[in-house]
Amino acid sequence: MIRLIPRAQPSKAMIFLSPLLALTLTAVTAFFIFAFILTDIKVSSVFYTLFVEPLIDTYYISELLVKAAPLIMIALGLSIGFRAGVWNIGAEGQYVIGGITGGAVGLYFYNVEGFWLIPLMSLAAILGGMFYAGIAAFLKNKYQVNEILVTLMLTYVAVLFLSAMLQGPMRNPSGFNFPESRPFHDGALLPIIWQGTRLNVGLIIAVILSFVTWLGIKKHLSGLQIKITGSAPRAAKFAGFDDKKTIWFALLISGGVAGLAGLFEVIGPAGQITPGLPQFYGFTAIIVAFLSRLHPIAIIFSSLLIALTYLGGENVQIYFNLPSSITNIFQGMLLFYFLACDILIQYKIVFFKAIRQKL
Amino acid sequence: MNEGLIIAIIIGISIASVPLIFAAIGELLVERSGVLNLGVEGMMIVGALAGFVVEFHTGSSFLAVLAALLAGMAIASIFAFLTQILLTNHVATGLALTLFGLGIAAFVGRSYTEENIELISALHIPVLSDLPIIGPLLFSYNPLVYLAFFMVFLVWWFLFKTKQGLILRAIGDNHDAAHAIGHNVVRYRVLAILFGGAMAGIGGAFLSLVQVPIWGEDMTAGRGWIALALVVFSSWQPFKVILGALIFGGITILQLHAQGFDVRISAQYLSMLPYLATIVILVTLRMRVKNKTNRTMPNCLGRIFHSTS
Repeated sequence: MIRLIPRAQPSKAMIFLSPLLALTLTAVTAFFIFAFILTDIKVSSVFYTLFVEPLIDTYYISELLVKAAPLIMIALGLSIGFRAGVWNIGAEGQYVIGGITGGAVGLYFYNVEGFWLIPLMSLAAILGGMFYAGIAAFLKNKYQVNEILVTLMLTYVAVLFLSAMLQGPMRNPSGFNFPESRPFHDGALLPIIWQGTRLNVGLIIAVILSFVTWLGIKKHLSGLQIKITGSAPRAAKFAGFDDKKTIWFALLISGGVAGLAGLFEVIGPAGQITPGLPQFYGFTAIIVAFLSRLHPIAIIFSSLLIALTYLGGENVQIYFNLPSSITNIFQGMLLFYFLACDILIQYKIVFFKAIRQKL
Repeated sequence: MNEGLIIAIIIGISIASVPLIFAAIGELLVERSGVLNLGVEGMMIVGALAGFVVEFHTGSSFLAVLAALLAGMAIASIFAFLTQILLTNHVATGLALTLFGLGIAAFVGRSYTEENIELISALHIPVLSDLPIIGPLLFSYNPLVYLAFFMVFLVWWFLFKTKQGLILRAIGDNHDAAHAIGHNVVRYRVLAILFGGAMAGIGGAFLSLVQVPIWGEDMTAGRGWIALALVVFSSWQPFKVILGALIFGGITILQLHAQGFDVRISAQYLSMLPYLATIVILVTLRMRVKNKTNRTMPNCLGRIFHSTS
């Protein structure tokens, strides 16, 4: 048996080593799982497609950044809530609702152009996401209903609502009955920042938001409040921090950014509202938030890493006809190993025999 | 409405509620021991696949259910090892388990998406099954349905009528005190988690072996999460799980029948009902007990236990 012995001081080396260790273990385990299941395909070539190919081609690098942007945004919002012990698990639903409300404004002003259009759509998306997450905040504060369950149930509802909208009021009138909205005009699309690719200003906004959040947590009192409410709820109460306000704040912020991310998908890479809007970003962002240990700047890097698994998953789907769920296997496993390896920061692992000898 | 239709609806409700009963009663025991496992959805889908694959290759329903049970336990053991031995955060680990389970099931099951199996057939008990009305209503389900109700009874009996059940509840309420008087907190919790995995696995297999004879990577459709809500709904009391599951089963079946009757609402809005009902029920439940703190909730739910000695 193994035993965990607390360290006197958290290990500084392990703070940096444990993510690398987790990555290595994930890759090794995945290799064996694939080797066991895939008898007809060479595992090394699958690995090459998954992890190397996306990094040596400029098109793939741009796509990597396109996918990282929504992950950064959603994970930022979630990490604020997670710090406060507020578990918004349904960012996927808020993302979808933001895409619908923001997109609806765009469709309403379909033939109008103006510099105000995208800001107005963004506002609608943020409010949509806030409203949707706000339901959970309201129910949590008023009736102590668990926010994990509410946000999750609402995610299923949001996806069904999207499908109802696309078969009803939002369907493209000249779209041969496909469940898709009209494609947006250039004036309603996010400006491209890398010509010839789909990379848009969404990435820049995501990175700016990371730094703003970082400063906010570092300098501002509300950052401190959130941290303390999460790590020591009783102490927070004595200090006079209002935990109801914290719940509202955490859910409204995470819902708002998730909604904005949804709109950026609609007027970014997609260019229209389609049934393919929900892409699991909302769930994956939870992993991103944990991998970055809730640190706003680290979120940028873990988003890039997770975006790589997305892209790699799409590629093996195309080249080897494997399901894209391969991505989920990687992400789940990575989180497992990461959580396990992080124990090494606070604890030393000692084997039972060794303890007996010491005694 | 005629008699036949009503009987069909009631049978449909029972069948729809069984996977929820299995998954929720397992999770109830897990939470009673102080562990919050959010991986129910992942364990269910793995069970659904394991059951389907074994049924497809062997044709033996018994082996299929056994495989689902073992698969659920196997994937739950990852959660047990991480949370109990390596002391990881329950919420994060449970979410990882769900993602991992959905991924691995879709991956392994990719070659089975176009296959069919024969559904597990219903029992036929001589005399009893042939009784009018009562026969079809009570005595002509397949054996798993009876097993589900029996498991609820078993968990109730274990929790409230045995010494081990008392210890398990004590551990869930105060793991430090239970540890101090010499109970092995980790062992109880690991066993509870494995039981939860087994139940979720069978619940998942019920979907692929009894409800529909096909395999689909999205066939659980949130039932694992609804099962988690059911545990809250039940206030951690086993028999209330049945009541909750029947309500959800009822809503599921009624919205299906409403779609069949050409009610003038889009199918999507009707499909939202089970999820919205989950929220509504959680709220009304709390409205009733608003001024009392929830005394039945295990105090140590989701807290990490580390013994220093």
